[in-house]
Amino acid sequence: MNSIDYIRPTTVDEAVSLLAKYKEKARVLAGGTDLIVQMRGGRYQLDAVIDGKHIEELNQLTYSKENGLVIGAAVPCHKIYGDENIASAYPGIMDSATLIGGIQIQGRASLGGNLMNAAPSADAIPALIAHNAVANIVGANGTRSVPVEDICSGPGRTTLDTGEILVSISVPAPSKGFGARYIRFIPRNEMDIAVAGAGVSVQLKNGKIEAARVALSSVAPTPLFVENAGNSLVGKEPSDENIQAAANLAKEAATPITDMRGTVEFRKHLCEVLTRRALHTAVERAREEN
Amino acid sequence: MTTTYEPNKVLSNKEFKVVGTRPVRPDGADKVTGRAQYGADLQLTGLLYGKTLRSPHAHANIKSIDFKKALALEGVKAVVSAKDFPETKDTANYGLGDSPMNYFRGNILADKKVLYKGQAIAAVAASSVHVAEAALSLIDVKYEVLDAVLTAPEGMAKDAPILHDDLFTKEFEKQTKVNSNIAEHFQHKMGDIDEGFAGADVIVERTFDTATVHQGYIEPHNVTALWNDDDRIHVWTSTQGAFTVRAAVSEALAVPVSKIKVTPMEIGGGFGGKINVYEDPAAALLSKKAGHKPVKMVMTRAEVFEGTGPTPGSHMTVKMGATNEGKIVAAQANLAMEAGAYPGSPVGAGAMCVFTAYDIANVTIDGYDVVVNKPKTAAYRAPGAPNAAFAAEQVIDEIAEKLNIDPLELRLQNAAKEGTRRADGPIHPRIGCVEVLEAMKEHHHYQSPLTPAKNGGKVGRGVGIGFWFNIGMQSACNISVNNDGTVNLVEGSTDIGGSRASIAMHAAEVLGISYEDVKPQVADTDSVGYTAITGGSRTTFATGWAAYEAANDVKAQLIDRAATIWGVDPDSVEMEEGVLRSKTDTELNMSFKDLSAQLNDTGGPIVGRGAVDPSGIGGSFCGQIVDVEVDPETGKTDILRFTVVQDAGKAIHPSYVEGQMQGGSVQGIGWALNEEYYYSEDGRMNNPTFLDYRMPTSLDLPMIDTVIVEVANPGHPYGVRGVGEANIVSPQAAVANAIKSAVGARMEKMPMNPAAIMEQLWS
Ligand SMILES: Cc1cc2nc3c(=O)[nH]c(=O)nc-3n(C[C@H](O)[C@H](O)[C@H](O)COP(=O)(O)OP(=O)(O)OC[C@H]3O[C@@H](n4cnc5c(N)ncnc54)[C@H](O)[C@@H]3O)c2cc1C
Repeated sequence: MNSIDYIRPTTVDEAVSLLAKYKEKARVLAGGTDLIVQMRGGRYQLDAVIDGKHIEELNQLTYSKENGLVIGAAVPCHKIYGDENIASAYPGIMDSATLIGGIQIQGRASLGGNLMNAAPSADAIPALIAHNAVANIVGANGTRSVPVEDICSGPGRTTLDTGEILVSISVPAPSKGFGARYIRFIPRNEMDIAVAGAGVSVQLKNGKIEAARVALSSVAPTPLFVENAGNSLVGKEPSDENIQAAANLAKEAATPITDMRGTVEFRKHLCEVLTRRALHTAVERAREEN
Repeated sequence: MTTTYEPNKVLSNKEFKVVGTRPVRPDGADKVTGRAQYGADLQLTGLLYGKTLRSPHAHANIKSIDFKKALALEGVKAVVSAKDFPETKDTANYGLGDSPMNYFRGNILADKKVLYKGQAIAAVAASSVHVAEAALSLIDVKYEVLDAVLTAPEGMAKDAPILHDDLFTKEFEKQTKVNSNIAEHFQHKMGDIDEGFAGADVIVERTFDTATVHQGYIEPHNVTALWNDDDRIHVWTSTQGAFTVRAAVSEALAVPVSKIKVTPMEIGGGFGGKINVYEDPAAALLSKKAGHKPVKMVMTRAEVFEGTGPTPGSHMTVKMGATNEGKIVAAQANLAMEAGAYPGSPVGAGAMCVFTAYDIANVTIDGYDVVVNKPKTAAYRAPGAPNAAFAAEQVIDEIAEKLNIDPLELRLQNAAKEGTRRADGPIHPRIGCVEVLEAMKEHHHYQSPLTPAKNGGKVGRGVGIGFWFNIGMQSACNISVNNDGTVNLVEGSTDIGGSRASIAMHAAEVLGISYEDVKPQVADTDSVGYTAITGGSRTTFATGWAAYEAANDVKAQLIDRAATIWGVDPDSVEMEEGVLRSKTDTELNMSFKDLSAQLNDTGGPIVGRGAVDPSGIGGSFCGQIVDVEVDPETGKTDILRFTVVQDAGKAIHPSYVEGQMQGGSVQGIGWALNEEYYYSEDGRMNNPTFLDYRMPTSLDLPMIDTVIVEVANPGHPYGVRGVGEANIVSPQAAVANAIKSAVGARMEKMPMNPAAIMEQLWS
């Protein structure tokens, strides 16, 4: 019932000083598809909402084969998948951006918001991890860049300090032979929350896997980077057996809970199925890139 | 035999002029342009906003309630609790039978005890919703938390915590002195069950459990109430029965019905769930206490899930035996259904439907009505029957499998017909069970090979058939003639599925005028005669009949008037196709339109009336053919093709009949695959949102094909059978049978969600 301040800074500095002023009584607003819902649900008692959508750095979207991709923290999904070059270079991120919510949600929802919301079920985070993405963060003490897999620290919690803001996400340019994939399992066909999800990437060279990354959603307190699953494939052929072995490692790594969305056993099983399926598609995509 | 594919077939038995056509609905334009007035749209001068305080516990004694802090909050105008109910008699009856007053009122505002999480305890009226919400958090309630009972078997256990110390089990119609959670145990018996099974070559017995599910109407419950300074009460609400609301408010508040006027607003779905009354009496009390100001209350989705009546979870064992030739010789059912917090589960109705599609000599059915710490169940489309059919139609399927007989063939061999006795007593009048099964067998879908998989999964086909008996009850209708050759039709059935149109069509058919010349309107309780609920698939049948009577009354008066004008004997005048003419003198004829213009100069207005309580109720059978694809690695089920066949008796408006058939199918699919109240151990619903209470979206469904079978109900002038419910009875079982055929998993639990299917495959 209490009224709050809505503030619309136009520079990162301004945003940072506002965050310093309000501390944990303020949150940054991107698309608002999480934040507004959560505020109405009583999750926060805020004094201020700081709209990031009018800050240039948070709205940037640049891509080049040399420097890779920079996604401003407030750029909505539809802008990302609306760019054909980006869409074809970052297939895993595309899978996520086209999957979150529906068309209406994608008109607003940002990958930055998805990451900062830090839901275990966040559909963009495993794909960002698979794509080796890095979060660019600014605070009163300056700028730092952190691999996406090190951002989430618990359900709804990040490793950002109070007063810090996510400015952008950088994703390296994929080279030839790169393929990625994100899939999730939901009981319905749309508008649902992942029971489990797998984001993977492979880098093929001369028919062998040079590098691979596997990350899971909804099966741990945070999106889970399963480093050993990807590493197990390095130097190997993308055979059914090798992929199966990596999928089994993903299953082992998962520490899900039983809740209304699925049981521990079912979710662990899904990790295996989804990782296997995602790796097969990623390999196919990598081959298409050759 | 080859059949061609037609998405929507009508196997018509008789042609009429208006009846059986598909005109546009009178409320359509207002609904698609957003002009239709729903309860939440209502704005009145001086309006206050009410909110309800609900129990956080599934089972607890209320030690004390302290309103001091809430009343001190600026903007708070009134608070009410059970203490505000006046002294009155011990039983309440608002049109659906007697119930103890303390149970009836307890579900409106709990008094000494709360029996489910979400149960209303108190309500606040304030200057805004936000103030009202803030006030709720300032009400201090002290509870003594008790152990909760969440399923029928738990409730029936010897050492179960008891919900009501004044509830004594009724056993075989006799009141016992046993205080337990079993409100009633009844039995239907026919033939000799032991002898029956002794003569069987195959016997299948299985036990099934189903979860609590909600109707899921899109519009939350809402009410605005004004208790006037002169003690007249006006209630605007979303309801399936304005007169039911009037009676319920009258019973709860001990105010005579003549002091209460209920205006039914447009309704955004009910499916049975908007028959019971929830916040209306509290809103009226708040209005009075706040100084006779109107008070509006609109539930949130969580309140709808937790505070209104779902349909029960159940625990059922069904055993059936058949000979090698496929004759079903014995059937036994043990049905236990959760009533929720107060007695009154639909187990009785479930027992009336469980084996009703079949002619079986030896049957025993036991039913248990068990109170548990969940919301008091309410009606939901054919209440009780889908649970029962989920069990029985799977057992039949397994018998067909064991005997290697086509599942439709087995059903046809044993199908109930006119003259077949039901185990619960009645003898079937003319019914369409065989005709529905035959239409299924001949359908293009059943004649076609399995639909190919879309995603590389396994495909399977299932069938099922269900029955709902339908109800009659009272309806009233007035028709007044306008001087431009049209009529105004006033009726009292709130329109959930296009009933304004189908009721108007009855009148147009009688008068021989076009449908567009009948203007139907749903009136408030001061403006039309008593009309029972829109429910039990009665509305087109009974209120349509009232319109038929009213139109015949108008017709008789028109004939009289024409005779007067012409100076002839009324017996020599007839009216057909909207023209009045002398049977003997061809010179004497006049259109209805011409006569209507002369009414005021020839004796005054003409008003017809119809009031009925019809008995010739026709039950309806409905069957489904469904093709599914199951991903054997994830357990996810996709519906690939779905055909529904139902006996409508006569489809007054085939599109709206098809709408009912498709709607019932969709709800059945949701119930089958994903919907459930997911409870924590201490009785909290963990998923009171549409995110985690998974109803199907349009992307989860194929277009549902329909066949309307018409086996006329001899008890209705046009042969109508109600069609609102039979269609939700067996889709769940048909889906279960299809899953079995796809991946070999016989599903004994509903919902058959991916995890449940995987568990079954792993076991
Ligand atoms: C109908 C519906 C369907 C949905 N479906 C999905 C789905 O399928 N998959 C899925 O993963 N999610 C889904 N979501 C959740 C949500 O849409 C996504 O998480 C989305 O990506 C959030 O982005 P946003 O821009 O709206 O974030 P916001 O709501 O604006 O912000 C999210 C959080 O991040 C913080 N934040 C935002 N920007 C910054 C910043 N620059 N620096 C620091 N903190 C910041 C906010 O304070 C807030 O806590 C759905 C939501 C709805 C309403």
